Amino acid sequence: MPSGAVVTALLEVENLRVRFRTAGPVRAALTRLGEPFLDAVLDVSFVVAPGTTFALVGESGSGKTTLGRAIIGLVPIHGGRIRFAGKPLPRGAAALARWRRDIAMMFQDPLASLSPRHTVRSLIAEPFRIHGETARDLDAEVRRLLDLVGLPADFAGRYPHQLSGGQARRVGVARALALSPRLIIADEPTAGLDVSVQGEILNLMAKLQRELGLAYFVITHNLSITRHISDAMAVMYMGRFVEHGPTAAIFARPAHPYTHGLLAAQPRPDPDHRRQDVELKGEVPSLLRRPAGCEFHTRCPYAQERCRVEVPMPRATAADHAARCHFPLGAAR
Amino acid sequence: MAAILSIDKLSVDFLTPRGTVSALRQVSLDVPRGSIVGIVGESGSGKSTLIAAATRLLSENAVIRGGTVEFDGEDMLNLPPDRLRALRGRRIAMVFQDPMTALNPVLSIGRQMIDIQYRDRLDRAGKRARAAEMLRRVGIPDAGARLDRFPHEFSGGMRQRIAIAMALLGNPDLLIADEPTTALDVTMEAQIIHLLREQRREFEGSILFISHNLGLIAELCDHVVILYAGEVVERGTVHDIFHRPSHPYTEALLVCDPARLSQASRALPTIGGEVPDLIRLPSGCIFAPRCPKAFARCRSAAPHTHVVTPEHTASCHLVPS
Amino acid sequence: MIPASAPASERAATRLARRILHDPIGLFGLVLVLIVVCSGLFADWIAPYDPLKLAVRERMADPSMSHLLGTDQLGRDILSRVIKGSQIALLVGLSATLLSLLGGLLLGLLAGYGPRWLDNLLLLLFDAVHAFPVIMLALAVITLFGPSLVTVLLVVVTVTVPRYARLVRTSTLSIKHAEFILAERALGARAPRILLHHIVPNAIGPLLIIASMDIPVVITLEAGLSFLGLGVPPPAPSWGRLLNEGYSFIRDTPWIVIGGGLPLIVTTLGFTFLGETLRDLLDPKLRKAL
Repeated sequence: MPSGAVVTALLEVENLRVRFRTAGPVRAALTRLGEPFLDAVLDVSFVVAPGTTFALVGESGSGKTTLGRAIIGLVPIHGGRIRFAGKPLPRGAAALARWRRDIAMMFQDPLASLSPRHTVRSLIAEPFRIHGETARDLDAEVRRLLDLVGLPADFAGRYPHQLSGGQARRVGVARALALSPRLIIADEPTAGLDVSVQGEILNLMAKLQRELGLAYFVITHNLSITRHISDAMAVMYMGRFVEHGPTAAIFARPAHPYTHGLLAAQPRPDPDHRRQDVELKGEVPSLLRRPAGCEFHTRCPYAQERCRVEVPMPRATAADHAARCHFPLGAAR
Repeated sequence: MAAILSIDKLSVDFLTPRGTVSALRQVSLDVPRGSIVGIVGESGSGKSTLIAAATRLLSENAVIRGGTVEFDGEDMLNLPPDRLRALRGRRIAMVFQDPMTALNPVLSIGRQMIDIQYRDRLDRAGKRARAAEMLRRVGIPDAGARLDRFPHEFSGGMRQRIAIAMALLGNPDLLIADEPTTALDVTMEAQIIHLLREQRREFEGSILFISHNLGLIAELCDHVVILYAGEVVERGTVHDIFHRPSHPYTEALLVCDPARLSQASRALPTIGGEVPDLIRLPSGCIFAPRCPKAFARCRSAAPHTHVVTPEHTASCHLVPS
Repeated sequence: MIPASAPASERAATRLARRILHDPIGLFGLVLVLIVVCSGLFADWIAPYDPLKLAVRERMADPSMSHLLGTDQLGRDILSRVIKGSQIALLVGLSATLLSLLGGLLLGLLAGYGPRWLDNLLLLLFDAVHAFPVIMLALAVITLFGPSLVTVLLVVVTVTVPRYARLVRTSTLSIKHAEFILAERALGARAPRILLHHIVPNAIGPLLIIASMDIPVVITLEAGLSFLGLGVPPPAPSWGRLLNEGYSFIRDTPWIVIGGGLPLIVTTLGFTFLGETLRDLLDPKLRKAL
């Protein structure tokens, strides 16, 4: 793990592993499946400093959504540690409930994450009710939160199906803010939003960060917004962090060939600079049949014999900046 | 040479319980032979309605208020059903955002690709060979063996490539692709765009490419049409649009694209406000309520189509004609 | 842009009421149901005679001004027995349906939301009960506990609960994985809250419709059991019992059988028409609201 600056981390994750069963124990024994598990998150370590934004970038099968859910305790972990403000992820239901006051989540599909038969008021007041904060003036709290996200107070009476995508997202933000969390996990905050309005939600999130000192863990596949909204980032491939460090450094000097390929794959809105060739061909291999050695070697333009055999450990290319690659780009070979 | 697809002043309304939605108003665009035309539209722009209208796939509550759609000189809107069937799949092929809508889940892809060649005079083995060859061209490894697999055995990216292969099998004069890569990873998206570019060198047809992603439009298209709330607000060559945008909406779209911002910024530009209610249209210019450059005339009089160059037009009062 | 409107549930209820009143079949059904319900509620006041009072001298009289439907083999006024029968029918129908609803809801939620092994166990149970012929079950229960209103209810509820439970289970299973449930869990909501506030409101709609259409089925079931002598014991004038008694005297007077059968037909028609109208209204409404 790269040596960080001396800041008390808000969120610390160490060697995290999350796996899913692919077959029940009886069937696995009968079909001699070997390992009836699939590793969605494998050996992930990172730190999020308070009041900062950490972006997690990955494509399908990378495990980024699973990682987000593991942090908030929605999926069980099978190895490693998660610590928030120095305290480990608890096991009991009651303790987990406390955890979920400090960490809140915003979901990818804003409309689907709002219970259809509840009004906006009821949805935003829900966190208070769940955690027994009924002594508070819920109406006032709802009004305060709606105001914080820039929605008019009369939206409180609406139902989710009466909201546009952008409005539903804002309700999601308001609900996440209810108990004044210190970290918000945002899963694809701009999915489904037009380019001309996605800035609204991102600017709102930035404003809330400034005013409330919030930290964000943003999960996204959109590299172009990552550059603007995050301080630190990680690139995930088949459950592992392949590159990890300050955003500006990664964009300026990507060390891992996958990162480089992702950046090259971003379409450029300039007809004079069309990509001549495709750098990354093929698809992500199935998680059920992981390639040996460095899992990226099947698509890597620079793969060598060592890559096919040995799993690379994260290697620091600069302070804070690490890549899992035997031959990182730009480094002395 | 006449355009392969010519849409002239097309207007479409939808009748809904809440009122009549004016989905398209006087939309005109041409797809010249052998070119790739991109339609840029965000939500509510009417881009899917436009495609549905042109291919006669509109829902029952749609009413075509006016205008014409001509495909290679034939009037699409009044075509008898058997002519329509002859055109669809053969001379006009479509690829949608969700590849599963084009693929029948209970038939193997080989069977579907052979069936689609039913009009060709080739024996079964020959059709199978053509299908395998097309799969190879779209980058499906082990094409011959894969023909017997079913759609669910392929990943999303592969299914989309198969859908494109099926569309290209008929060597269509016009390929209409409606957000064909939105559901895919960016690396797969890049490969498919690359594939479409390569294919057009070999296959002389035209492509009508719909997307909200400006980057893809810049990568692929020769001509671009910008659609906003049911109207064409600007049209031109890809260079006109990206280097000399003349309509404030186009300018704003370019500014808002985070990929175009050279400096990393925490305050991203946006276009304030929302798409207008298409049941109660504002008077004057459709973009006026959100336009940073709007002035009095914009709210009272709708602008005509002003000509910047013969290929580049914009509907804005600020454009000198 | 999107107009703010009154909460969806309010609007829906008034719209529903208005639509029922406009649909001729639904209206007809509603009227029939109301007749039966009122008759059942006010039976003790409406009935011209005491339904149990014997008057053997006037037995098997034809309908007349004093006995609108005539008298039965023991001289009892048929009309009064029919009216009292509606009380029994309603009692059985409503309470059995209510109990089945509760039981079905509870078991369905357990099966859908609980651990896999519980689901499998409950499904096994449902299938077992479902496979059992009702009559045999009734015979077994009655032999064990003796005939009474309670045993009839027990049989009816046992037979109906599995169906309702399956319905609730299916709804629960599909909602369980919805993103908004995940969001609630992320907020810290625990199972009871999720079940009560989020799953039940979404699962209960179809259940209520099925249940309302089941009321005549339940009533008919009880009538069937009574006809076989397994239902509410005499002298309680359940319609089924009237049919049972009347069919051996049918050559002397058809009115006993008519008294038992006609109300059954009326009740079934009424509830079915009403239920179908309700179902039709709830379906297209959803489609139009989208």
